[in-house]
Amino acid sequence: MRQMNTSKWFAGIAILLAMPLVVSAQQGESHIGKYTGNAAAGKQLYYRYCWGCHGARGDGTGDNAQYLNILPRNFVAATFKCRSTVTGTLPTDEDLFNAMTRGFNNSNMPTWITLTHQNRADLVAFIKTFSPRWKTEKAGEPIHVPAEPALTVESIKHGSELFQKLECWKCHGQEGRGDGPSASTLTDSNDQPIRPYNFASGSRFKCGATNQDLYKIFITGLDGTPMPSFADVIKPEEAWDLVHYLRTLQVTHKSPELTLWMSTKEGAEIVSAKRTANTPTGSGIAP
Amino acid sequence: MRIKHVYLAGVAILAAATLTSAVPGGGTVSGKITYEGTPAKQKPIDMSKEPSCAKQYTTPPTTETVVTGANNALENVVVYISAGAPDDAAPSQAAVFTQKGCRYIPHVLAFQVNQPLQVVNDDQTSHNIHPLAKVNREWNKSQPPGTPPIVDKYDKPEFIPVKCNVHPWMHGTFAVLKNSHYAISANDGGFALPNLPPGKYTISAYHESYGDQSQEVTITGSETKTINFVFKAKPY
Repeated sequence: MRQMNTSKWFAGIAILLAMPLVVSAQQGESHIGKYTGNAAAGKQLYYRYCWGCHGARGDGTGDNAQYLNILPRNFVAATFKCRSTVTGTLPTDEDLFNAMTRGFNNSNMPTWITLTHQNRADLVAFIKTFSPRWKTEKAGEPIHVPAEPALTVESIKHGSELFQKLECWKCHGQEGRGDGPSASTLTDSNDQPIRPYNFASGSRFKCGATNQDLYKIFITGLDGTPMPSFADVIKPEEAWDLVHYLRTLQVTHKSPELTLWMSTKEGAEIVSAKRTANTPTGSGIAP
Repeated sequence: MRIKHVYLAGVAILAAATLTSAVPGGGTVSGKITYEGTPAKQKPIDMSKEPSCAKQYTTPPTTETVVTGANNALENVVVYISAGAPDDAAPSQAAVFTQKGCRYIPHVLAFQVNQPLQVVNDDQTSHNIHPLAKVNREWNKSQPPGTPPIVDKYDKPEFIPVKCNVHPWMHGTFAVLKNSHYAISANDGGFALPNLPPGKYTISAYHESYGDQSQEVTITGSETKTINFVFKAKPY
């Protein structure tokens, strides 16, 4: 008798628990291309692969977090660096999928390309259940990235002017080595020290490897970090000029931009000086 | 001189905001904010890395995490009604936050939920405006000199620390409040919340370094009630 009561009670609870799941089926999903991710499936994967760092509650306080000096993402706060959407908005499912697939090569977050597309889509769906923001807000509108114009020396030179005008060097340094006058003081939104990207290292950018990714990084900003959005202050055609110039700062990374820049006398001198000198600069005031 | 004007304009806007939804002839809560103990000594700011700002000062300005006046007065405390008053519709007039001389003017800006916020750069250098919201959306925007004001609003009440990552000494506070009854303590620690309809209110006082405290008050007519807040100062 008693057993019966208990099982009825459990059945009741189960029905009650299942109800909101049915209602919020949409919320438990992610949509990445032809894949539809399912949060319930993602949960299994999360508690196998992710929670060691990101924590059982998704707040970035897993057991391993204490050993990491770039802290795991806090999915409850839901502030994400790599987005295609404007600053202050939630990323798209695809943004999360891409970040997980790519990994962050400056941190302990590895690439999860080893998981299937479906697995990763499921994980995206589950990660979104940690923050109440996903229930009340929609993902932001992806920014429009216009087609890349032809690469010219003028474009690189104009990009160099923008680098000065927008004072990118204040953090990234005159030569893009991540050693500008403000670099040593930077902290992220959790008061953790954070370094600006060093272009001379030639390593992949935090949010991707392509020119399009680079365009998105400075237009959307990396939320939760000191890197602001320049969406309101750079015109789209100028943004491409800046992309072209930034590529030439990657003096150890082969790119069409660097090749073209080095084919000019001025560019060749600047690049070779940077390569040979290899001394940190930019700690002083700009000329 | 210019700074004073901007400041006065800010006060005028706040005053206007306070008047919009209040009841004329209602009660008033006024008082004084003081501290006890030793507040942290405010240090001169080294702006040498930003010459365009440094040259605006003959003596370097100090940090503003605790600003005090004579007789232990505590400035920059947000006094507001945290309970007992209905939420007010947002005024259409923008609250203006100005970056001038690599400082925020005012240091503490109070405005209402959904009220337009305007961030202005009066400097000859780029700033990035990074309000570290936790309840609201956290955004971070660059504002080079000569660019138009950044316009935004917040849809939830919150005290939001604001910083500029390029100039690490720049710190300010946005106080996003639910109703129009608020004031920021002046240099003598004084504040007044006028035109309150009869009712029981929880009056709260928020200071960026010393936190939040509250007191209850009941207004019956057009009386003026005095409420004072004392914050415990920390020497570090």
